Amino acid sequence: MQVKRAPKTYDVCIIGSGASGGTAAKVLTEGGLSVALLEAGPPVVPETDYKEHVWPYDLPHRGAGVGGRARRGLEDEFLAPNGAWEIEGEPYVAAPGSRFRWFRSRIVGGRTNHWGRIALRMAPVDFKVRSHDGMGDDWPLSYNDVAPYYDKVESYIGVFGTKENISSAPDGIFLPPPKPRCTETIIKKACDKLSVLCIPSRLAILTQPHNGRAACHYCAQCGRGCITASNFSSSQVMIPPAQQTGRLTLITGAMARELIVGKDGKVTAVSYIDKATRAEQRLYARAFIVAASTCESARLLLNSKSTLFPDGLANTSGMVGRNLMDTVGSNGGGYFPALEKMPAHNHDGVGGMHMYLPWWKFDRKNEFLRGYHTEFGGGRNMPGVGDYDDLCEKFEGYGSTLKRECKKQYGAYIGFSGRGEMIPNENCYCEIDPNGVDQWGIPVLRFHWEWSDNEIKMARDMQESYRAIVEAAGGIYVTSTQPDGPNPYGIADGGVIIHEVGSVRMGEHAATSALNQYCQAHDVKNLFVTDGACFVTNADKNPTLTIMALTWRASDYLLDQAKKGNL
Amino acid sequence: MAISRRDILKSLTLTAVTGSVLRMIPLEAAEYAHRMVKAEKATAENHAYAPKFFSPRDYKTLQTLCQTIIPSDADAKGAVEAGAPEFIDLITSENKDYQVALGGGVMWLDNTCIDRYGKTYLDCTPQQQKEILDLIAYRQNAKKDAGLGPGIEFFSFLRKLTADGYFTSEIGIEYLGYIGNTFLKEFPGCPPVPEA
Repeated sequence: MQVKRAPKTYDVCIIGSGASGGTAAKVLTEGGLSVALLEAGPPVVPETDYKEHVWPYDLPHRGAGVGGRARRGLEDEFLAPNGAWEIEGEPYVAAPGSRFRWFRSRIVGGRTNHWGRIALRMAPVDFKVRSHDGMGDDWPLSYNDVAPYYDKVESYIGVFGTKENISSAPDGIFLPPPKPRCTETIIKKACDKLSVLCIPSRLAILTQPHNGRAACHYCAQCGRGCITASNFSSSQVMIPPAQQTGRLTLITGAMARELIVGKDGKVTAVSYIDKATRAEQRLYARAFIVAASTCESARLLLNSKSTLFPDGLANTSGMVGRNLMDTVGSNGGGYFPALEKMPAHNHDGVGGMHMYLPWWKFDRKNEFLRGYHTEFGGGRNMPGVGDYDDLCEKFEGYGSTLKRECKKQYGAYIGFSGRGEMIPNENCYCEIDPNGVDQWGIPVLRFHWEWSDNEIKMARDMQESYRAIVEAAGGIYVTSTQPDGPNPYGIADGGVIIHEVGSVRMGEHAATSALNQYCQAHDVKNLFVTDGACFVTNADKNPTLTIMALTWRASDYLLDQAKKGNL
Repeated sequence: MAISRRDILKSLTLTAVTGSVLRMIPLEAAEYAHRMVKAEKATAENHAYAPKFFSPRDYKTLQTLCQTIIPSDADAKGAVEAGAPEFIDLITSENKDYQVALGGGVMWLDNTCIDRYGKTYLDCTPQQQKEILDLIAYRQNAKKDAGLGPGIEFFSFLRKLTADGYFTSEIGIEYLGYIGNTFLKEFPGCPPVPEA
């Protein structure tokens, strides 16, 4: 087959249009560079793709999907499009004994179309963990290096929250928070009793009009996509201003296969498959930003082998694919008889929690290192398929008594989700599977995963804490977990929290890391990896805000280098 | 400011052509657009539903069972009025595992009724129907009679799907008292919490 060469050489080619790729596209085009942005999926068209405000009964499958997919743990019909645990024709494998799942979004904006909009800053100590407790590694930069970029990102995208002066949860530039729901009022009271911190959450959702975007209209459906762009997504907030510069070329349906290195050791082109024609294409640029998502970025580098880089591009350290982390997750739930008596009222709010529990035990010695924050929610949400599975199983029977019990229990549950820091270990990594390719002929990833004791102790602490909080709030703790088995204390499988980071980590030294503090490859000066792959550690802060701050910083550096003629 | 349908359609067409350009749709326009989307996605009238998987007779059994699980009573209409059997038949027609579990389950019920009462479930007296359902509606009954196992599994699954179909219907959502899925300028927060 003939390889087609794009006629133009761009200043920068960005691979991936999510939180990182979108941010880079905005900063670089506004800085005057010509940018080609490759996205493996289709464009997103909010008016037809988003199912915001659709009732379950408007759909024949009621949200359960064809054949009841949602009941089998797959995506429901309401979710913003093209985010999936399994993509037909694009497999991945977990090594024997490893439990790992990989959520991918093949669409403009990537997973920012689906995420929970939780926008937390890493704390100063989170960047210097090894100095603090001897485990993992320090980042090659500090909080003070990143803080100005947190400011820029928050100011631009809009994040609500409150100034709290908590050392584990640095304050940002915040819009006012929404008022608490009943569920949040009850938990806040219990937390006060127990001296557990419970504060307004920090979400990238607008509570006021902001930078030309409308304020939230409180339908609680951010995960479906927001037609007024009142929540943040790269597709609606980062890419449009890049397009308005006239310097962005967005190429959709483009699955990057390999980065091509020239004789001088710089990347000259990306080979990609045009999915519509299945034809191989080449696109040339002076610099490349890989932002395909943590594992996909590692995959692209590992699949880019050359005589100069026989083990994969920018991988002389051997670190590409290593250091893979997710977040420690364990869930608990409580039943609150007091909530049964609440009058019917609109409980929707924003698409996510109005309050959360930052890590509160940072000033004492715990049975494990690092910490976790806690997200919680429940109450009188829009009913959906699967909501009554547990009740049906426990209450049994049939008839009007069952029906009345469902009504009585409606809105009386609150669930808690712990989100904790995992310490990287040598048993968690991804590599190219020697046995398989995807439908585009590209070798696929094989994942290795094993939690260490620290994470399991953390999950146990989550369970104990949530029981204490539920009981202090007058509720009945309904979760039971086992201390052993594949998911001790309810710890989620690797990848399930969708916070994969670390597979192309940055560091001071080229021998032990792939990138410098500007996400620039030690080995290849015109190559940057700006997504979660660059993380050194995975603090208990959802990574997206930090991904955007680091990308903005790397993009400023790239602009500066371009001006100096160093690329 | 009043926004006409023409304005909305124009803005939607423009954005569709140019790809993902930042939307600056005011709230009123967005609400209007939502209603349009909703109307387009609304299902056809379903009172003349033709089953896709179940035979006419088995579908009648399914309807009877759904209505027994969540009946029409003084509080609200039941599972059949809420369209639960249509929903269950549709997803079953697309899922081989469901076809075995539910198609086989209905037949197990009929076979068992023939063994016990000499007739199929639909032909049984209300007293006989209650007797068999009281046996398969509770897991502990399998301890006394292991032969009830398949019926208990079937009924447990059907109960969940019936609850799904009922509580995602307009009738079920109104019965629960969910209020929302709308446009608010301000979120009002929690009304006074009654003392427990």
